[in-house]
Amino acid sequence: MQLGFTPAEERFRSEAAGWLEAQLSGPFRDLRGESTFSAHLERRLEWERALGAARYGCIGWPAAYGGRDATLAEQVIFAEEYARAGAPWRIGHMGVELAGPTILAFGTDAQKARFLPPIARGEEFWCQGYSEPNAGSDLANVRTRAVLSGQGAQRRWVIDGQKIWTSLAQFADWCFMLVRTEEGSRGHKGLSYLLVPMRQPGVTVRPIRQMTGEAEFNETYFTGAVTDADHVVGAPGDGWRIAMGTLAFERGVSTLGQQMGFRNELDAIIAAARANGMVGDPLIRQRLAHAHIGLKLMRYSALRMLSSAQAGRLSNEAYTYKIFWASWRKKLGELAVDVLGPAAEVAAPTYEWELLPRLFLGSRADTIYGGTNQIQRNIIAERALGLPKEPRGS
Amino acid sequence: MQFEHTEEQLMIRSAARELLESYDSARLRAAIGAPGGYEAALWQQMGGELGWCGLALPERYGGAGLGWIELCLLQEELGRRLVASPFFASAVLGAALVMECATEAQRQELLSPLARGQMRFGCAITGPGGHPAPQGVDAEITSAGASLRLSGVADFVIHGDTADVLLVLAREGGGLSLVSIPAGTSGVHVIPHVMMDLTRPMSRIEFQDVTLGADARLGAPGAAALPLERALDLARIALAAEAVGAAERVLEMTGDYLKQRVQFGRPLGSFQALKHRMADLMTEVEAAKSAAWYAACAAQERPEECAEAAAIAKSYCCDAFYSCAAGSVQLHGGIGFTWEHDAHLYFKRARASATLLGSPVWQRERLLRVLGLGAAATPAF
Ligand SMILES: Cc1cc2nc3c(=O)[nH]c(=O)nc-3n(C[C@H](O)[C@H](O)[C@H](O)COP(=O)(O)OP(=O)(O)OC[C@H]3O[C@@H](n4cnc5c(N)ncnc54)[C@H](O)[C@@H]3O)c2cc1C
Repeated sequence: MQLGFTPAEERFRSEAAGWLEAQLSGPFRDLRGESTFSAHLERRLEWERALGAARYGCIGWPAAYGGRDATLAEQVIFAEEYARAGAPWRIGHMGVELAGPTILAFGTDAQKARFLPPIARGEEFWCQGYSEPNAGSDLANVRTRAVLSGQGAQRRWVIDGQKIWTSLAQFADWCFMLVRTEEGSRGHKGLSYLLVPMRQPGVTVRPIRQMTGEAEFNETYFTGAVTDADHVVGAPGDGWRIAMGTLAFERGVSTLGQQMGFRNELDAIIAAARANGMVGDPLIRQRLAHAHIGLKLMRYSALRMLSSAQAGRLSNEAYTYKIFWASWRKKLGELAVDVLGPAAEVAAPTYEWELLPRLFLGSRADTIYGGTNQIQRNIIAERALGLPKEPRGS
Repeated sequence: MQFEHTEEQLMIRSAARELLESYDSARLRAAIGAPGGYEAALWQQMGGELGWCGLALPERYGGAGLGWIELCLLQEELGRRLVASPFFASAVLGAALVMECATEAQRQELLSPLARGQMRFGCAITGPGGHPAPQGVDAEITSAGASLRLSGVADFVIHGDTADVLLVLAREGGGLSLVSIPAGTSGVHVIPHVMMDLTRPMSRIEFQDVTLGADARLGAPGAAALPLERALDLARIALAAEAVGAAERVLEMTGDYLKQRVQFGRPLGSFQALKHRMADLMTEVEAAKSAAWYAACAAQERPEECAEAAAIAKSYCCDAFYSCAAGSVQLHGGIGFTWEHDAHLYFKRARASATLLGSPVWQRERLLRVLGLGAAATPAF
């Protein structure tokens, strides 16, 4: 147990902080504090490329693939500084935090060489093709099919089916997806994990408007879409295991940077409460304190997970991290609008929202995506607490 | 940065867990019924061969020179078994008060016997209104020539009836002083309470014109307020650790019961309503561990973060313990409401720990003050 950082780590902190400050008070001034998922798309993509060029895109990855071989402590430091600087939400998130780590953990050398550097440089963007109309919580029910066809160098996967809720598919170059590759198979068996180019005639993306008014997720149709025969991660038929690996990243500490960003939301709430006097209300004060405590606990828990991951162990905390932060943030959204009062409910003429009402609306999704709270509870109860499984319907 | 216990620390934990494995319900209940409300043999063992009382004390007082992180591991293990023991009053709260308030010579005198397990402190820091110290301190010191005179009432003194030395917080001049008084001093009346929590006995103590030498005062006259805060934070952090251990254990007991109890032809633990409640409790317990462990580190390494970390740990861990203990009563059904089952012992300890040294609500209000968010009306407890 030891909380301090080494002098080398502190040097890394000031170097990273210096770079971020220079960028966000200079060429990327307009993006400081940008908290939407995808507004100002072109500028957001430029920002990802700037991060890549400075090798701050994926610092934990091996240098050979564009990373810095950063230690876990340095990754914590970078996440903290990134949030402190008010740098924008990362539109490259799906590649950086999900596709990349999955390929790094399970991919072939050729796949790593092909896919990782462009993610690290901020040049290729990814989306996640898991959910389908009939496969949400019950993800093993996916029906999208892929078959190998053609000979020799022409051998390709041909994909048919529909994905849904595919976030950022409209901007993505690639999709990592879970598909059924064994005719007649059911459940977890017969699934494969494919990497599929999005910009091809066989892929159609239709945005779906969300309750926030924005349209970040999509229906994604695959009709005879193709990808190379060797763009399968893990063996064909082993897709479930790989997909669960990605979900572990999505539910785990890869999202540390995101939670660090929540500090800015809480600070905005505190500023609003000071401005309108709500900071003196004893009930609001208790909720402010709860919010501060939850935020700190996320950080401590992330440090715990990082430390045990470094030692090659999975701490129990890992099972509870996602439900903890997601539930916390939903409460934060409610606190935000309670502090603001009726003013929170007035939108811009185009139904656009300021930070805090957007937090209120947007946070309703946190307990749905990446495995709903109910599914997280099932996982905690069955895997961490060892309680009996429920019988599966037919 | 390494936010994980070291091998040596884990060895301290596993040795403690092994030792306390045999501290089962029967032993706990025997301790509750014993004079003073604890098992004398175990207390001697802790202070003697095990060296627990001196674990976190500097070597110059005969301690092992380890720190609050190690002490908190013991607290977690003691919490798991709800061990009824003077350990918290003496080796945690008492030791912290002496370390923070006393002069070097006074520390030698009071802490060396503690390190050998031959000192039980009773910390009379709470006034009869029960407000968190130092609010509502009733005892008062006046000078009478070369000596001091102490009058007033303290209450909720943990193990006050069996203490060898009372550490008494009292008003003096415009400030606060801490004095040490040997048990049995004339004018000191100890009135043991019957407490809801059977595992942590408390007493009311009345001081009637108690005459003391000036050297009874620990540190300078009226100067205890500041060091008191740090001592209380250290104690809060250790109390949070105890709560985490107890929460984890009571949750395990509940899980075991749900796996084994069959209703409607299936184990209760296969019903989703119960699984989900258990999952929520485990989520609280895991976050509580993070809070307690971080606070223990802060106690040791980061004095400037201690107040914040203590407020976070004390409030969150005590809330989590209460949730788990209350859940345990509910999920055990009728048996959970009996005297015979241990669920009520955990439930009552959870309530008592939440109240002690400032409730979760009080801690959260204090946290906001520490963070510079002003102060609303301070909660009473
Ligand atoms: C903003 C947003 C972005 C998303 N982005 C992506 C993406 O990029 N890629 C992708 O593949 N998917 C994405 N998703 C989809 C998301 O993963 C699914 O919505 C989620 O897994 C739930 O599936 P479902 O919508 O089919 O709900 P259902 O599975 O139909 O669930 C409906 C309700 O029933 C509950 N429920 C279901 N099963 C159980 C059970 N066994 N026990 C108890 N309760 C149960 C659920 O918790 C939920 O409350 C996104 C979703 C949102 C909201």
